[in-house]
Amino acid sequence: MMSVNFLAAVAHVAVPDAVTFAVAAVVVVLGAIGVVATKSPIHGALCLVGTLIGVAVLFLEEQADFLAAVQVIVYAGAIVVLFLFVMMLMGVDREESFKDDPMKVQRVVGIIVGACVLAGVLILANVQWVTGAHSANAPLTGRVSNVNDLANSVFTVYLLPFEATAALLITAVVGAVLLARRRSVVPLVGMTESPEVPPGSPEVSPTELPGDDGGSVAEVAPGGEDKDQNEVVSQ
Amino acid sequence: MNLGVVPTLALVVPKINYWAILPDLILIGGALAVLALSSLTGRRFPAIWYSVSTAFLALATLGSALYLWFDITGKHHHAFVAIDAGIAVDGFSQLITMLVAATLFLVALSAPGYLRREGAGGPEFYVLSMLSASGAVLMGSANDLIVMFLGLEVLSIALYVMAGSNLKAIASGEAALKYFILGAFSSAIFLYGIALTYGSTGSTNLASIANYLAKNLLEHNGVLLAGAALMLLGFGFKVALVPFHAWSPDVYQGSPTPSVAFMSSVAKAAGFAGLIRVFYSALPTLRLDWQPVLWVLSVATLLVGSVLAVVQTDVKRMLAYSSISHAGFILIGLVAANPSGIAGSLYYLFTYSFLAVGSFTVVALVAGKGDSNHSLASYRGLSKRHPYLAAAMALMLIAQAGIPFTTGFLGKFYVLAAATDAHSYALALIAILSSVIAAFFYLRLGVLMYAPDGGELAVAPAVASGSASGSAQAGSASSAAATALAGTELLDAEDELLPVTRKGSWFAVPDDRGGDPILDDPAMAGSGVALVVSGDEAISGEVVNGPGAVGELRAPEIIDVPSSEKAGRDIGAAISIAICCTVTVFFGVFPSMLIDFAKQAKLLF
Amino acid sequence: MTVHASWYLILGAVLFSIGAVGILVRRNVLVMFMCVELMLNAANLTFVTFSRELNDVAGQASVFFVLVVAAAEVVVGMGIIVSIFRNMRSSIADDIHVLKG
Repeated sequence: MMSVNFLAAVAHVAVPDAVTFAVAAVVVVLGAIGVVATKSPIHGALCLVGTLIGVAVLFLEEQADFLAAVQVIVYAGAIVVLFLFVMMLMGVDREESFKDDPMKVQRVVGIIVGACVLAGVLILANVQWVTGAHSANAPLTGRVSNVNDLANSVFTVYLLPFEATAALLITAVVGAVLLARRRSVVPLVGMTESPEVPPGSPEVSPTELPGDDGGSVAEVAPGGEDKDQNEVVSQ
Repeated sequence: MNLGVVPTLALVVPKINYWAILPDLILIGGALAVLALSSLTGRRFPAIWYSVSTAFLALATLGSALYLWFDITGKHHHAFVAIDAGIAVDGFSQLITMLVAATLFLVALSAPGYLRREGAGGPEFYVLSMLSASGAVLMGSANDLIVMFLGLEVLSIALYVMAGSNLKAIASGEAALKYFILGAFSSAIFLYGIALTYGSTGSTNLASIANYLAKNLLEHNGVLLAGAALMLLGFGFKVALVPFHAWSPDVYQGSPTPSVAFMSSVAKAAGFAGLIRVFYSALPTLRLDWQPVLWVLSVATLLVGSVLAVVQTDVKRMLAYSSISHAGFILIGLVAANPSGIAGSLYYLFTYSFLAVGSFTVVALVAGKGDSNHSLASYRGLSKRHPYLAAAMALMLIAQAGIPFTTGFLGKFYVLAAATDAHSYALALIAILSSVIAAFFYLRLGVLMYAPDGGELAVAPAVASGSASGSAQAGSASSAAATALAGTELLDAEDELLPVTRKGSWFAVPDDRGGDPILDDPAMAGSGVALVVSGDEAISGEVVNGPGAVGELRAPEIIDVPSSEKAGRDIGAAISIAICCTVTVFFGVFPSMLIDFAKQAKLLF
Repeated sequence: MTVHASWYLILGAVLFSIGAVGILVRRNVLVMFMCVELMLNAANLTFVTFSRELNDVAGQASVFFVLVVAAAEVVVGMGIIVSIFRNMRSSIADDIHVLKG
């Protein structure tokens, strides 16, 4: 099994690195368990930050400076904040009860599947993980930092995927705009074209609505008169 | 770390062959142009122009793919890789591009009618479908796992939004959520598979992987196997192979029907394109490992897809399961893993996409306003109400069932021939069994549409799926509302309430021919049935002054379908269906052209 | 030099499995999505480790793209979740069952 090789490898390890790795690994695993096991999504998000920063430390350990920085900025700085923002905005920090769970079977199955995946990967990889060709694309020079290498690679070998990310980001922006737009106008009977009313339009003022909580219903007269139907998004 | 002078690195930017990425450039550039145009004109642009320009751009994509096709299949030319081996320009990628472009064209034609009915103007649907198509094209031509992953993400992210684009329907949002969570899950699995493959082969480039594996025999190939398995899992989710198919019926049922038409063909085509590229051209050395797995997946997909389709009462769910079983057929070509199998799979994919788009376009028309009449009962007697629509649907079903002289038959024939070539007789037998089962539910729907007693039963237009509270109620607009409520016949086993009211006895509104608002004469237009569809999930129907109604009657959660739209309004959808039917019959009778096309669509590696 | 690469890779596998289990076990869509992020991080850690071991920049470049994908995914995911919450006001996946399954 792997242990012999590992012990041999571990014996040569310089202490600080091993300590850094150990601490970061513990933080990563505990954070991940926290995400899965805590009831409140807010606590989960905070645990996720721990994991992400732990991974960033591991990136630093592996001389991936740029990625470590980006990991903290993008993941911990933007993605988790977005999570927290949505939770706070929508007020969805409701706790999930683990006791009266209708999906108990799925839970057990999930844990078994996860254990099997882990065991499968570990057994398959029992001795040697890294079997690939070395420096197939471009070696890491480690001259100043890996930013140079990375930039070189991104703008040459990976130029096409780099450009494809532009399409990805456009898609995400268009999608987010479409999804997050307030449903301001509802189709009117007999109307062939329904011009969209921009969100800032006076017609969308919530004060016009019948005081309904959330799911408001407006009515259209039988003749199909143009009366806008609005939708409140209550906080 | 020394902080010396940073050496000036000569950045050798690869030569960019713009012709090679022309289809993608047209799609992405077109999407941006449409978006910019709509913002600059302040949305005063007539909505139909979005559809027209999308259709035009789809044709331009098709044209550019054809140009590349003739370029690489010409005498002095051959397939090549472009942009530092990022993409492969070969017959295979151009066939996938043409498939995607054709689907985009058909969906762009049929979408405006739907969007008008749902009151969703604006360019977003078209922009997203173009971006999604660009992702599919990228995936079909990817020669690098990272390019493939990005293509997959562009495709999927746009599809998640398209699934949820009907903001008024709760089911649409739920479909988007389900699709999104499972899609993101499968993407993460796929990515981990890429990482393991990278570690075990040292490259993400498909050609380099194949090259490395051909030259080196890995003593420990466990990581590579795990990577391949995880990538297969990721693709399996995307194309809805059986253990990973659970999302597909729900997403198909809840999503807006044009989005379903698009995703059912484009996502499947792109997913299978990626699957074929990764397994057939990058990992051929592992064939003995992946072939049995694909065999099992194929058998499970074939059987589960057709068996579960039989018990469905919602047409969209039925078509979802039928598309699962089609995925099983497409997989047979891969299990055979010979050139004729790949050609058969491509032929199947190509013809299936027309069948899927055609069927879902008919479904969208039958569903009518609110996109909710999807029960089998809505199709009862369709031939009387809309003979052409029923004929088109019947043709689509016949073709999907694999009756001769349609493309569906030939698709099944070619993959089965490939399977017998590869001596997988058991698989071929199971496939035939599955198609017999499948024929049952296709023909059942066909018989339902042409049932002689179709006129007797008038299907109430009110088919409302359950709300968040899950308490779907249905009422009928008659003077005896209580009777109607009590007597509503529950046909549906799936918590979906389906009031079937017998004409004349329970249903007091004379000449009720509801359920067909699009092409029908506005028989009920004068009856004063007002439509009230709220923005929320609680759909309230209020019948004002109906001929048989006593005063005002509030029936919760009814969609009363207004029949004010004139017959034949939806020209785009009609053209789209006509094209699908023509392709299905024409290439069913004269198959040689298309099968040659599929046979020439070879992989570069 | 440093800790043997296998430890990093095993850590990645553990992180991936925890994320996968989380998606199967939890019902809160936000938590499920966080578990997807865990899985993406596991893949990233694996990529960087292989990159170091193979002395090859491709793995790090891949992580760069994965970060973009994660950002795009989270934007759209949050959009979907927000648009659903406007209707449903619940983040528990079990509460959302208009569709069967």
